[in-house]
Amino acid sequence: MKYLCLVYLEPDKLHAVPDSECLAASERLRAEGRVVAAEALHPVHTATTLRLRDGALTMTDGPFAETKEQLAGFYLFDAADLDEAVALAARIPPVRTGSIEVRPVRDLDPTP
Amino acid sequence: MSVDADAAPADIAATVAALFRRDSRKVLATLIRLLGDFDLAEEAMQDAFRAAVEQWPRDGIPANPVPWLVSAGRFKAIDGIRRRARFDAIDEAGDVATAVEAIPDSAARWDEGEEIADDPLRLIFTCCHPSLSADAQVALTLREISGLTTEEIARAFLAPPATLAQRIVRAKAKIRAARIPYKVPEARELGERLASVLRVIYLVFNEGYSASAGASLTRADLSAEAIRLGRLVVELLPEREAMGLLALMLLQESRRAARTGPNGELVTLEAQDRTLWNRAQIDEGVAWVERALAAEPTPTSRGAAAPARRDSPAVRFGPYALQAAIAAVHASAASAEATDWAEIVGLYDVLVRLQPTAVVALNRAVAVAMRDGPAAGLPLIETLLADGQLQDYHLAHAARADICRRLGRHADARASYQRALSLVRQEPEREFLAARLRDLPPDVDPVRRRSTSPVILFKDDR
Repeated sequence: MKYLCLVYLEPDKLHAVPDSECLAASERLRAEGRVVAAEALHPVHTATTLRLRDGALTMTDGPFAETKEQLAGFYLFDAADLDEAVALAARIPPVRTGSIEVRPVRDLDPTP
Repeated sequence: MSVDADAAPADIAATVAALFRRDSRKVLATLIRLLGDFDLAEEAMQDAFRAAVEQWPRDGIPANPVPWLVSAGRFKAIDGIRRRARFDAIDEAGDVATAVEAIPDSAARWDEGEEIADDPLRLIFTCCHPSLSADAQVALTLREISGLTTEEIARAFLAPPATLAQRIVRAKAKIRAARIPYKVPEARELGERLASVLRVIYLVFNEGYSASAGASLTRADLSAEAIRLGRLVVELLPEREAMGLLALMLLQESRRAARTGPNGELVTLEAQDRTLWNRAQIDEGVAWVERALAAEPTPTSRGAAAPARRDSPAVRFGPYALQAAIAAVHASAASAEATDWAEIVGLYDVLVRLQPTAVVALNRAVAVAMRDGPAAGLPLIETLLADGQLQDYHLAHAARADICRRLGRHADARASYQRALSLVRQEPEREFLAARLRDLPPDVDPVRRRSTSPVILFKDDR
């Protein structure tokens, strides 16, 4: 079972935890074989939001929604259940300065 | 399986009904583990009892009805999955095989008595999982563990049934999708997870306790149900805080009949007719307090096994046991005057260290005022009010008002009663405060008017 852990931070706290610490934590988690993928993101002002409507692709500058806390990175974990996923997510260093949303990944339904 | 083939059908119907009341939650708890799904298990449990009504008059009542019901429920569920599959597309046959295979073979598990014995605890910890909202935990607990209907829960919480139904459906959907595990937490998480369970039970209790009397019979039932849940947890997991909460609820409940006057008005602890207190509940509550606070077992006597077996407590006593101990001191006093306030202040000293909240500090200040006199309590209360956290808490102003009244500072008392009245929400409390305000003498010579009877209103005192 996969869980996506979204790391949210207020913009002024993006660098509150040094990169080196995040890197070390992520290496420990990877060494345990539980990390499917994990990346940090550039700030939201580098984002581009896309919409396809009536055959036309439009692009807008910035994120889909302005929020106080912004998506700063993510981990995709492989865990047996929510308790295990929460225990892993609690080891992501920005949990101290921001918040981490743990979302179960769902299978898409193949029936048309 | 031995059978009793002589029972008449009417007796059997009564037996099944009694079994349903006593054991349906146990059957459900095991079916949830075997089937891995709340809704499927609920349906299977109902089917199993229906099968009992049909088959037992013919085959006799099995010697061990609970395993029979679990087994019947499991087969009904597998049957149901197969039957539904026949109506669906053929290429889904693979899915059915997977679904049926995924259901563990219960026969292989019958030896594991411990697994089955732990199922009701698994159900409790899952319903009170901290990833669910407090509202959802309460609703799910009353639905799945107490077996109340959605309508009954809605009535007790004065909420529309549709809201309650949606809350329960959403909680179950989250358990399924996020895979909230169906297990008893490990020893290192036990304290925190048990606290979540006890919080839910105390919320249920308070919902029934703080409601006024009269128009609210179903809400008194909620307190009784909370006490039943408290007993269940103590029986399954004899932890100190679980005993503490059970004791606290019993001791508070013991005063129910004395707490309100003939017209539903509030009667404070000091003024209560102590002959109306329920002695059986007090005796039981005091016994649980003593067990909760008994000396901690030595590490060697507890053994080294990490996932502590549940015959000895793994977690220290905490706020519930201490609050229960305070309630026990009140309950043991023959009269209000005979209350051992020194003992109560001592217990609050410990409580305030474990739970350093402004409300606990306020209750401690009130106890100090009772032990050492109002002049000693007033500066403590005024410091707390100055901190700001209690500015909107009516009982803080009521406490200051009462202490000022006892000091003969009637103008100060009046101002504080008025502030308390502007914040109070419950009708009996409002009437109580209004009566206190009316009884204040006019602002004349404070020395001559000094009152001697302490009348204090605070949360523990009702």
